[in-house]
Amino acid sequence: MAKPEFDAPALEDWLSTPAVQPDAMAHSRPFVAKPEHQSPLGFPGELVENWQDVALSKMDELLGRYRSLQVFMDACVKCGACTDKCHYYLGTGDPKNMPVARQDLMRKVYRRYFTTAGKWFPKLVGAVELTEEVINDWYSYYHQCSECRRCSVYCPYGIDTAEITMAGREILASIGVGQKYSNEIIGKVHTIGNNLGLPEPALADTLEGLEEEIEEDINVPVKLPLDQEGADVLLVTPSADFFAEPHVDGLIGYAKVFHQAGISWTLSSYASEAANFGIFIGNYENMQKVAQRIRQAALDLGVKRIVVGECGHAWRVAYSFWNTLIGPFDFLDPAYPVPQHICEFTHDLNQRGVLKFDPEANDDKVVTFHDSCNVSRGSRLGDTPGGQFTIPRDLIRAACTHFVDMAPDTIHEHTFCCGGGGGLLTDDLIELRVKGALPRAQALQQVIEQHGVTHMAAICAICKSQFTKVLPQYGMGMDMIISVHQLVGDALVFGNEH
Amino acid sequence: MVLGTIFAGLFYFATAVFLVGVGARVARYARTPAPLVIPTTPAPTTHAGVFARMFREVVFFESLFKGSKWSWLFGWLFHFGMLIVLAQHFRYFTQPVWSWVVMIQWVGSYASFAMFAGLVGLWARRVLVDRIRYISAPSDHLMLALLLAIAGSGLVMKHSAHTDIVSLKAFSLGLVSFDWQPLPADAPLLVHLSLVIILMLIFPFSKLLHAPGVFFSPTRNMRDNPREHRHVAPWAKELPERTGGTDGA
Repeated sequence: MAKPEFDAPALEDWLSTPAVQPDAMAHSRPFVAKPEHQSPLGFPGELVENWQDVALSKMDELLGRYRSLQVFMDACVKCGACTDKCHYYLGTGDPKNMPVARQDLMRKVYRRYFTTAGKWFPKLVGAVELTEEVINDWYSYYHQCSECRRCSVYCPYGIDTAEITMAGREILASIGVGQKYSNEIIGKVHTIGNNLGLPEPALADTLEGLEEEIEEDINVPVKLPLDQEGADVLLVTPSADFFAEPHVDGLIGYAKVFHQAGISWTLSSYASEAANFGIFIGNYENMQKVAQRIRQAALDLGVKRIVVGECGHAWRVAYSFWNTLIGPFDFLDPAYPVPQHICEFTHDLNQRGVLKFDPEANDDKVVTFHDSCNVSRGSRLGDTPGGQFTIPRDLIRAACTHFVDMAPDTIHEHTFCCGGGGGLLTDDLIELRVKGALPRAQALQQVIEQHGVTHMAAICAICKSQFTKVLPQYGMGMDMIISVHQLVGDALVFGNEH
Repeated sequence: MVLGTIFAGLFYFATAVFLVGVGARVARYARTPAPLVIPTTPAPTTHAGVFARMFREVVFFESLFKGSKWSWLFGWLFHFGMLIVLAQHFRYFTQPVWSWVVMIQWVGSYASFAMFAGLVGLWARRVLVDRIRYISAPSDHLMLALLLAIAGSGLVMKHSAHTDIVSLKAFSLGLVSFDWQPLPADAPLLVHLSLVIILMLIFPFSKLLHAPGVFFSPTRNMRDNPREHRHVAPWAKELPERTGGTDGA
């Protein structure tokens, strides 16, 4: 890639709220999907002739389908509480990246066509016609939202901009203006079964290679089984775990845990992807179709449990939506939650004393933890609310001696998105990604200076890829970001003592 | 008497628009399904927990407190000032006046000043903070102007240009008993009542719908129990996608 034509924002002593700089990011827009990316998802290949009518009737349909959208269109009072909460606003100063302004791009059209006030007094209530200019704004700014839900924490009515972004993207796709990155990937899952388009033989090869690598490394025959019928556990993990760094070390960590716990498990070549980009484009049917492969694989392999690897939005879809989309799971063992997160799985084993850790193995590291947005604000780990914050930290503390948290207003429910979530992890949006990472980089910089933090652990494939790419722009090492299960795997003690 | 009849008619009309309008919106919110489990987490897992969360949201503005301390302060002063002021107004509609209404009369002037100050603060933020100025439409300013004028004309009547309170009470008692009485022709009173009528008329067509809306917000009123409880919207059951004999098989 060519050298980016922008500068990463400078890190200061604290995170300041920028002044409004209209249109600062108006040029940012991802590649538009080609017909071959659109059709397999059930969308028109290119801009339809009567796009205005199609868009409005889609909006009408969505207003009747989603209570969230209908209530959120009406309820906003423009109090401004969300205006300084979005990492993309904080990183760019573009006012249309303020959550309320992003919502207003749709709300002003909603008012014009669906409300009495907007039909009669459009200027008074800021209602506008659905013009090409509006559609351009939608395409640009609904792809500057990572659907991280941070704004929804602070809204007095719980307005979640992610819901509006999803609706905006669905309307755009339905008139033929989809996003290439997400739609191409969803197409690959529909045909091949994973985001990378990795076919079964390549996957089998990769896993075999990893087995050899592990055995060479620790002299323990840790296996990564594929399509093994009758295994207890089906592990579904983001396909980045098979290839990308640092993800793959997390996958090795999961395998080590399964090995040491003596629980039979398998991956599936048919459902070789936990990620579900259907959520990003807001399309229920595609999200359901992507998830359906996992149900099918679980049935075909005859497993008793499904465990999901480290991936933020995948976990939101799995935890919050699977039962709705592809349930009921009455064919699985009711003794375990369906689905179960790999951190819940490992944490549970550790609680029961099945695993033994030697935290000294990670003594060269001072670790902090990046709460992923979808895990923090769109799902849960464990039995009690907030388990998504304690369980990964408990695991890290079990595996490491040195752990520190970042500033309280940047973790837990207040966590900042990595800047690459929500279908934005593509090079055509690199400027947005770098600038959107500012708040997290700021908080990380602070613990590096104050506590000598060397590594930031995460439980999300997108976070890991994004930070690997953008942290160097802030003068930090790309290898700072690691998987929680890399720490776990490195500290795990093998043997038969339990 | 003409004035009394006109205002009585307007009040009935405004009440009807308010009730039917808000009722229609609430019916629409209630009818529209929430197809996916989307509470902003960490979220309560039980109905009691959701009740507590909603209570904190509506009474203490919990989320707004997290979001912006100034907006929270001004917003809370305004809303709870208004709540007390509204409750005090029952003295015009009850005879004998309900005892709890008598009991809260002493906080009256404090509450109305709190309401007024809250509105001024909210408007100041809307004008002074560049981000909030950017997101404000003319209607956002006019709404504050309307509420300030209502509060202001009320304060004027209470503290300087007193109106004929006995006739007013006869009028308002007449309103609720459908026995129309004359209305005192005082400018501040007529302004006050006219603006209240306007407020009632625009309520169902404006952002004032946040009042019923908050109760229907799925990110606040849903339980975090998707693994334990299967949640499917009626329209989702009819999608053609689920084929291949996997429906609960």
